[in-house]
Amino acid sequence: MTRTLMEGSEAIAEAMVAAGCRFFAGYPMTPFTEVLEHMAKKLPAHGGVCMNAESELEAVGMAWGAAATGTPAATGSVGQGLSLMQESLSEITLARIPLVVLNMSRGQSDYYQATRGGGHGDYRHLVLAPMDVPEAVELVQLAFHWSEKWRNPVLVFGDYYLAHTYQSVDVVPIDFGPLPARSWALDGSTGGTGQAKLLSPLGDVKQRDDVGYDLEDYYLRRAAETAAMVDGEPALVETGFLEGAEVVVVAHGTPGKYVRFAVQAMRADGLPVGFVRPISLFPFPTEVVAAASARARAVVVYENSMGQMIDDVRLAVLGRAPVHFIGGLTLDKSGFGIGPDNDVLVIRSRIEAVLQGLSSDALGSVEGANA
Amino acid sequence: MTVREVVSRGTLVIDVEACKGCDLCIDACPPNVLVMTTHEVNTRGYRYPELMPGCTGCKACSQVCPDFVFQVYKYDTPLVRVVDDSPDGVDERGGPEGT
Amino acid sequence: MTAENRGTVVPTEQPPEEPVSLVDDFTPALIDVGAHPLCPGCGEPVAMRSILEAVADLDAIQRAIAVFGIGCYTAFSNNLDCEVLQALHGRAPSLATGIKRAKPDAVAFTIQGDGDMVNEGLQEVIHAAARGENITCFMLNNGVFGETGGHLTATTVLGQRTKNTLEGRNAKDHGYPIRLSNLLAELDGATYVARAAVNSAGNVAKAKRMIKRALDVQLRGEGFSFVEILTMCPTGWFIETQEAPGYLTDNLAAVHAIGVVKDQRA
Repeated sequence: MTRTLMEGSEAIAEAMVAAGCRFFAGYPMTPFTEVLEHMAKKLPAHGGVCMNAESELEAVGMAWGAAATGTPAATGSVGQGLSLMQESLSEITLARIPLVVLNMSRGQSDYYQATRGGGHGDYRHLVLAPMDVPEAVELVQLAFHWSEKWRNPVLVFGDYYLAHTYQSVDVVPIDFGPLPARSWALDGSTGGTGQAKLLSPLGDVKQRDDVGYDLEDYYLRRAAETAAMVDGEPALVETGFLEGAEVVVVAHGTPGKYVRFAVQAMRADGLPVGFVRPISLFPFPTEVVAAASARARAVVVYENSMGQMIDDVRLAVLGRAPVHFIGGLTLDKSGFGIGPDNDVLVIRSRIEAVLQGLSSDALGSVEGANA
Repeated sequence: MTVREVVSRGTLVIDVEACKGCDLCIDACPPNVLVMTTHEVNTRGYRYPELMPGCTGCKACSQVCPDFVFQVYKYDTPLVRVVDDSPDGVDERGGPEGT
Repeated sequence: MTAENRGTVVPTEQPPEEPVSLVDDFTPALIDVGAHPLCPGCGEPVAMRSILEAVADLDAIQRAIAVFGIGCYTAFSNNLDCEVLQALHGRAPSLATGIKRAKPDAVAFTIQGDGDMVNEGLQEVIHAAARGENITCFMLNNGVFGETGGHLTATTVLGQRTKNTLEGRNAKDHGYPIRLSNLLAELDGATYVARAAVNSAGNVAKAKRMIKRALDVQLRGEGFSFVEILTMCPTGWFIETQEAPGYLTDNLAAVHAIGVVKDQRA
């Protein structure tokens, strides 16, 4: 074990290289920039290429081209930069090209963008939300595995805290199992054979131009593959202290770690609280949240936004218990997503307020209070 | 008196069904030996080119054609005809030069 | 002279019985099938044929990956016996960059229209050229967005009537056309920049030479190469098919001049 104190950005870069990433393209934007810097330093030594793209649009385009050759590729940005990439991300997904995409976001307001997809069309991305640097090292590697397994982009949803916190990690390559052969990848060699390959969001079989693309066939097949992915990859989630929990707190990412700590401390003080921490945001751990809510008197959601993950929580809870929002936008002067409310005492007090509300409110629930 | 005259150095196979009647070959042909039909059309309703004697096998037609209508051939030995200027008219015999 | 009243039509259903050599086949080796729904008189299939013939001549087909933009020419990619990666409107140069950087042995080229490359994707091609990216970009320039029905692009010439400039493009309302080849030639990373046309057999032959030289630049790793190919679009120009070659000469080529714009091959 060679544990090294590393900034999250560097650990993520190390993890990408360990996972086999050999192409990265990016454009500087806080707090994603350092990932690009580290990849620029590390990739060439491993025979890879890191491109300083002239724009986010070109970054995702370059990653698309490299990925099309079967080279494990990644790109990333912050939510705003990912907004620019959305059209390309849709088309890459529809063309079934594996790609890992990082969102080192500012706060948690990109949840909708990440899980619903900000682009056009009926596609889905798998989304992973690490809570700290050691978990990011594992999830980044898992992202590469999932994206090749399903031939679908995977988004890793990080943030400023993750990028800039130093933690002691040992980046060990993880073997997640065998992957299918990259028979779809382009290298020119099927040219002139009558069977030259096509990678396109409109089809994967060349039909002659007088026949045209069979869009319905392709789109329906694509939908079936997407359904297989959604059903076939169990959601990742961490739960704690659900036994006898009257209030269940749901949180993801960096705030999830704060919530974990707050709940643990409250339990130690005898308070009946538990937590559910979604690790994959898509697929969302619906069944786990549903089961937890069935035995609880209230489900509360803590997230650094006006409330986005709470929609998925409500869908999972389906009225079994009232859902309260105890999160909110919390910003410091930097605007980079450091939130003063991310403080275990603040979070604890909000959970306690809900607990007190339950004990004094003998009439029961006010359903689904939104902030 | 008879004169031997080269009629055609080349010839074509014309894929009539592929043609979309754009006429570009007509203007591109240097010896002007392609003529569009006026009343005949292919199954898609387009007029198409027909070849007159005099092709040189220069492949200008196939090079400008957007629809891949032409296959161009060059005779190993140009087709000639012997012109008989007697009052009966032309006596056409194809065959190698020198016979 | 008309066919019906002459009676000297040469039979052309079959190859001749006399000994012959085949000078030009229906389709070249890398075009699977000729049939396509592009308009009568469209220059794009002619341009694409030239490109594929050049790839075959250079023996590069088993390394070739064509990145297609979006326009009328896109569907034609189905007819090509060459690996194809479909890009978004304007984005082909960055995809080709990714291919070439990941797989330097590949021969990566883009096929894009003027609307695709000069409107949507101007920064992409400029950056690829500035970087001296070892790819080859081909622009099929007909001065319109053909696929949407014939609309103004950044290369449409002044006075040209399109569906959204019905009185003709004028500088005050619509600005001036961009001569992309000339713009790219200014960039140090661009090694070979040329402008061709496919409106006559002579120009097609010239186009093929330019295309081959451009691809050869890539094969030698000498930097960015670019050929702009002026193509006819009688539909988008609202004229008869037979008038299109002349219209191209008089209007498009008068602004976007045919010839080698820059040649810094070693």
